[in-house]
Amino acid sequence: MGSGDEQLPEIVVLGPPVVFALYDQQFSSRFRFLRPWESEEPLPQFLASRARSTQAAICSGDFSLSAAVLANLPSLRLVVTSSAGLNHIDLTECRRRGIAVAYAGNFFSPDVADLAVGLLIDVLRKVSAGNRFVKNGLWPNKPDFPLGFKLGGKRVGIVGLGSIGFEVAKRLKAFGCGISYYSRKKKPFVSYTSYSTIHELASNCNVLVLCCSLTEQTHHLVNREVMLALGKDGVIVNIARGAVIDEKELVACLLRGEIAGAGLDVFEHEPRPSPELYQLNNVVLSPHNAVLTEESMEGLYQLICGNLDAFFTGKPLLSQIPDE
Amino acid sequence: MGQEINPQTNGFHHHLNGDRPDLLVLRPGLLFKVFEQEFLAKFNVLKAFESPLPLDKYLRDHAQSARAILCEAIVTRITADLLLQLPALQLVVADGTGVNHIDLAECHRRGISVTNTGDVFSEDTADYGVGLLIDVLRRISRADAFVRRGSWPLTPEFPVGRKVGGKRVGIVGLGNIGTKLAKRVEAFGCKVSYNSRTKKQSAPYDFYPTVVDLASQSDILIICCSLTDKTRHIINAEVLNALGKNGILINIGRGPIVDEETLVKYLVDAKIAGAAMDVYENEPRVPSELFGLDNVVLSPHRGAFTEEAFFDAFKIVMGNLDAFFANKSLLTPLTTNE
Repeated sequence: MGSGDEQLPEIVVLGPPVVFALYDQQFSSRFRFLRPWESEEPLPQFLASRARSTQAAICSGDFSLSAAVLANLPSLRLVVTSSAGLNHIDLTECRRRGIAVAYAGNFFSPDVADLAVGLLIDVLRKVSAGNRFVKNGLWPNKPDFPLGFKLGGKRVGIVGLGSIGFEVAKRLKAFGCGISYYSRKKKPFVSYTSYSTIHELASNCNVLVLCCSLTEQTHHLVNREVMLALGKDGVIVNIARGAVIDEKELVACLLRGEIAGAGLDVFEHEPRPSPELYQLNNVVLSPHNAVLTEESMEGLYQLICGNLDAFFTGKPLLSQIPDE
Repeated sequence: MGQEINPQTNGFHHHLNGDRPDLLVLRPGLLFKVFEQEFLAKFNVLKAFESPLPLDKYLRDHAQSARAILCEAIVTRITADLLLQLPALQLVVADGTGVNHIDLAECHRRGISVTNTGDVFSEDTADYGVGLLIDVLRRISRADAFVRRGSWPLTPEFPVGRKVGGKRVGIVGLGNIGTKLAKRVEAFGCKVSYNSRTKKQSAPYDFYPTVVDLASQSDILIICCSLTDKTRHIINAEVLNALGKNGILINIGRGPIVDEETLVKYLVDAKIAGAAMDVYENEPRVPSELFGLDNVVLSPHRGAFTEEAFFDAFKIVMGNLDAFFANKSLLTPLTTNE
């Protein structure tokens, strides 16, 4: 660090987010950071002793920014989360304290949508399973590697037609899929069919792509009844949050053949997917990395810096969360 | 499996087996295996592959009156020599789209009709190509393997993926498959250009006159063309050099379109960034050097094969056979120009 280091604004990093690890040097040339994970002190003590006057925090999408943590940051006025999701932040407490929150907004939506489609094709066409089959020296062999299932013509139900859901729909239409959706609010300018319950959506589809945020209402939204309504040819893709699905029931339905397969980027207890999933050839498992592309990480670095610069120079934030 | 059809002696097979016409099958392709019962029900299937006789003796003893042959494409070769041994042959039914294994000129000279399965596989093949593209860029299979091994959280060495949107996709062969693939990747924000035998006036993409030119302007090169004398080994060192260290090759065409030995070397030496292949030069042999490469996705030639398309292909194959034996017009006859 240079001699002018003390003049740099001080920011506490909670997580840390992947983008911070990837861009540590670049971040450190612009700001001063408190890095709790480098200390042996437990987090509450670290914050209480070191972060009393810290005004800004960067936090990862899987760090639980609770009222208890916020209580140890009495000077905090800004949180920049590296995620698009907000379910890990006590927004009520932030509002009460007057702490502004900036996030990744729609920035990641194309990358997440790309992964959702990639997972769906993989499950239907057995891409990863085929790769394992060949690399284990099993090709050609009896029995023959099984045929896959056609994507074109599938009736796709999007759960949550927000920015990500919209990008997923756009891509799958190019493959000849039919699109319908279930969302908190019907979208008036959208020509896709909307259903007023997820059960109705599942009954009329053979693919569900979960694109909604995790809230009290969407916790375990996809339960056994929904999966049975989707049917034994049904495929579920989850790029939202693990807890939107009742994972124990998902495993049971997969084991009993009550649905045909699943592509999952998120799980109820990351980083530990239900172990039964590891034995299944009709699931594709992804380590919650739908936003992790080189290009998005570069863009996220710029976005976080832009928000921090704006904050420290009294300008409007680039990506403040909307009022709800 | 059904009952064995007893071998018939020359000239008497119609009496022994009723009205079912002969259908010669040298090697069973996947289509035949999946729908074997349906073929056995309608035809006296001459299963050359189950006979202990050498092929020429089998054909001499059993296939002199065979008017139709159903053939797979990967190992079977319908050559002029083979056709000489089948004096009654009037119809060659391919079980797929490609006909590079059939001497079309000789068939034409002999007055033998040839049918393929038309366009039934092109949509699913295009879908598969996109799936392979996303897999290589976003490392889906690789990450799935890591998770199954219990390696999540991923180590810092696990490479971050690459964005699909904005990538320059170069399509080699803008036919039925290439056209559908172009439409799909455009929906992801990719920029499409192509090389083809001839420029397609109606195609809204940039045309490059050579594959090397195309490769030099592409991040991802996808092989969608058929195998001909002109396309054999068209993907060679020069093309791979032009594609470059960050480039990705995807082959959903035919194995021999790629100089596989060179490709393997380039992948092992990291002279291109990754690859995915559904087809191989000496199928079903796959170079074992590729097994340990995490940036390579290997597929057991299933790019065209969905249950739905297979059934559509079966209907066309059976439709052509029915039409032929009823002296009606074939559904999907090829000319020597195809």
